[in-house]
Amino acid sequence: MEKIKKYTEVDDLGFYGHFGGAFVPELLRDNLEELTTFFLEIENDNAFQNEFLSLLKYYVGRPSPLYLSQKLSNEFKCPIFLKREDLNHTGSHKINNAIGQILLAKKMGKSEIVAETGAGQHGVATATVCALMNMKCIVFMGEKDIERQAPNVQRMKFLGAEVIPAKSGSKTLKDATNEAIRYWINHTNAYYLIGSVVGPHPYPAMVASFQSVISKEIKSQLKEMTGTENPTKIIACVGGGSNAAGAFFEYYDSNVELIAVEAGGLGVNSGYTAATSVVGNPGVLHGSLTLLMQDEYGQVVEPYSISAGLDYPGIGPLHAYTIQIGRTKSISVTDEEALKAAKKLAVYEGIIPALESAHAIAALEKLKFESNDVVVVNLSGRGDKDMETYLNLDSY
Amino acid sequence: MNPFIKNKKQLSIFITAGFPTLNSTTNQILELQSKGVDFIEVGIPFSDPMADGVVIQESSSKALSNGMNMDILFDQLEAIKNDVHIPLVLMGYLNPVLQYGLEKFLIKCKDVKMASVILPDMSFEIYERFYQSLFEKYEIPMTFLITPTSSDERILKIVESSKKSFVYLVSHTSITGNKQTFQENLLERYSEIKALCKNVPLMIGFGISTKNDVEKAHKSCDGAIIGSAYIKSLIEKRDLVRELTP
Ligand SMILES: Cc1ncc(COP(=O)(O)O)c(C=O)c1O
Repeated sequence: MEKIKKYTEVDDLGFYGHFGGAFVPELLRDNLEELTTFFLEIENDNAFQNEFLSLLKYYVGRPSPLYLSQKLSNEFKCPIFLKREDLNHTGSHKINNAIGQILLAKKMGKSEIVAETGAGQHGVATATVCALMNMKCIVFMGEKDIERQAPNVQRMKFLGAEVIPAKSGSKTLKDATNEAIRYWINHTNAYYLIGSVVGPHPYPAMVASFQSVISKEIKSQLKEMTGTENPTKIIACVGGGSNAAGAFFEYYDSNVELIAVEAGGLGVNSGYTAATSVVGNPGVLHGSLTLLMQDEYGQVVEPYSISAGLDYPGIGPLHAYTIQIGRTKSISVTDEEALKAAKKLAVYEGIIPALESAHAIAALEKLKFESNDVVVVNLSGRGDKDMETYLNLDSY
Repeated sequence: MNPFIKNKKQLSIFITAGFPTLNSTTNQILELQSKGVDFIEVGIPFSDPMADGVVIQESSSKALSNGMNMDILFDQLEAIKNDVHIPLVLMGYLNPVLQYGLEKFLIKCKDVKMASVILPDMSFEIYERFYQSLFEKYEIPMTFLITPTSSDERILKIVESSKKSFVYLVSHTSITGNKQTFQENLLERYSEIKALCKNVPLMIGFGISTKNDVEKAHKSCDGAIIGSAYIKSLIEKRDLVRELTP
C-alpha cells in the first residue's frame, strides 16, 4: 500500500504539492546538497537531538508557558491560550531555529555564519548562538529596518555580530535576504542560517522541523491543562511563516483549524500590504516556488507593513501549499488593528507583544467563536523592540 | 546543427535589455555584431537578481525603471531579427518567464530566432522534471551553468543535453562582477571540463574583464563571456570590444 504523504513532507526535489523546490543557480548546488545530507543525518541522530533539546531547555528556557488569558477568554467567550514564545531567551521563537541550525553548522565544520533579518529578532538570535558557539557572525538587514528596529541592531553589535545594511530595493527583509544569498555565493564556506521557512529546499523543511517544538509542547501542555491535546483553532502570524509552521506542525494531520495571519498593512487593496496569499500568485523568489507579490511581468512588488518581521513579499512554500488546498486559512490584519491589539494585550494581561505577534492577537476580533472552542494564539515575540513605534502613537 | 562554434576563440557580450535607455537594446546588439562579437546574451532585467553583483543589479533596476518588460523586449528583438546573423541568447531569472507564460515565451523565442535560453535559477533537475518537454516541443535549446566544482558525472549529463547550445562555465564561485584570478589549479580544471564537453562548445563567464582575462580564458575554453565589465564600459563611455580585440 502506498504511504499517505503528510502535509509537512516534501518530495525528492523539495516540493510541497506544487510549491517549494530549490530554484538556485548552480553556484549554490554543492552547498544545498551538503546541507540536505547533513539535515537527513541529524533527523535520526540521537546525540544531535539530545543536544538540541538540552540547549532549548537550559539555555532558551523551554518549554515556554501556555498561558490561559482570562480576560481574552471572557471577551471571546471561550478559552484563549497564549503560547508564550515571547518568554524565550532573546525574546522570540526565532531562537529555536537558530539553536538547531548552529548545531548543524558546527557538525558541518563551519566557522562563519551569515544571516538575514527583518525585525532583528532572527539577527539577535543568530548573533546569540554565534557567541555561544564561537562563530563569526554577519547579519544583513535592510536599511529601513535598521532604522525602525534600532534596539535589535544594538543588541546584535553588542553580541559581536557585524551588521551590514542592505541598500537595494525596498531596503527591507527581501533585500537583506538577497544580500545574504549573494554573500553565501561568494563565501561558500560560510553557513547560511536562514530565519524562516523560506528559501530553497531543504531550508523550509529544516526550519519547520526545528520550530515544531512549539506544537509538540502545545500538545502536552493542553493535555495537562484541559485533558485533550487538540485545541479547535490555532492562530499565528506569518511573515515567512516559521512561528506558524512551528505552531501548526503537529496539527496538520488533524481537524484543528489553522489560521495564518498576514500583515494587511494599510489594507489589502491599498497597494500598501504584505498579505501575500491575498494579492500574490505563484512565483519564484529566494530559491523557492511559492506565493509571491509580483506585477504582471513577474517583477517582485515591494511589500508594506508597519511590522518589519512581516514585511516580506513571499510566504513559505508549506503555507502556500496548505493555504492553496484549503488546509490552512489565511486572514489579514491591518497596521492599525495590530497596534490596537498590542495595546489591548498590554493593559489586559501586562504582556507587551511584538508588532508581528500583535497581528495574531488582532485576528481574534475577526473570527467567530463558539463556547466549545479552545483557541491557542502563538505569541511569537515580545515588544521591547517596538516600544518606539508604540510610544509614538498619540492615540494612547 | 549547432549555431555555437567549437574551437574558435570567441567573444560574447552580455547586455541588460533596456539599459542604459529603453530603446538602446537593438542598437547595442547591431553594434556589437558589427564589431565582430560572436554571440550575445540579452539579459531580461529582474527586480531581485540574486546571483548578480552591484553593476548588473543596478543596470537591471535602471532598465526596469526605464520601462523594460518582456513584451517590449520581444518587440525590439522582432524588429531586428532579419539583421542579426550571430546567435542571440535570452538570459534571465525564471520568475519573469513563468509569469509571462513559459509556452508563450518559447513561441516568442522561436519567432524572434533566439538560439538558446539561459535561466540560471532553474536547475537541471527542475528542467528535466517540469519544463524539458515544452522546450523540446518548441525546439529552443537550453544552456546550463556549471562550476569548476560540478562533478564530472553532472557535467556529462548536462553536455548530453546541450548538443545544440553550449555549456556555460562559471569561472569561480562568486556572483557576477567579482574579479576572476585564474589560478593555475582552476585553469587545469577548465581544461578537464573542456575535454568532458567533447563536441559541445564551452564558454566561460563571470568576472572576466580584461584582454588578459580573455586570452587566459581562450587557452582552456572556446569562448569568453563578458557582462559586468561591458555594462561598466557603457557607463564610462568606453569601447570595450575594441580594447579586448587585437
Ligand atoms: C516576533 C516575531 N514574530 C514573527 C515574525 C515573522 O517571522 P515568521 O513568519 O517566520 O514567524 C518575526 C520576524 O522577525 C518576529 O520577530
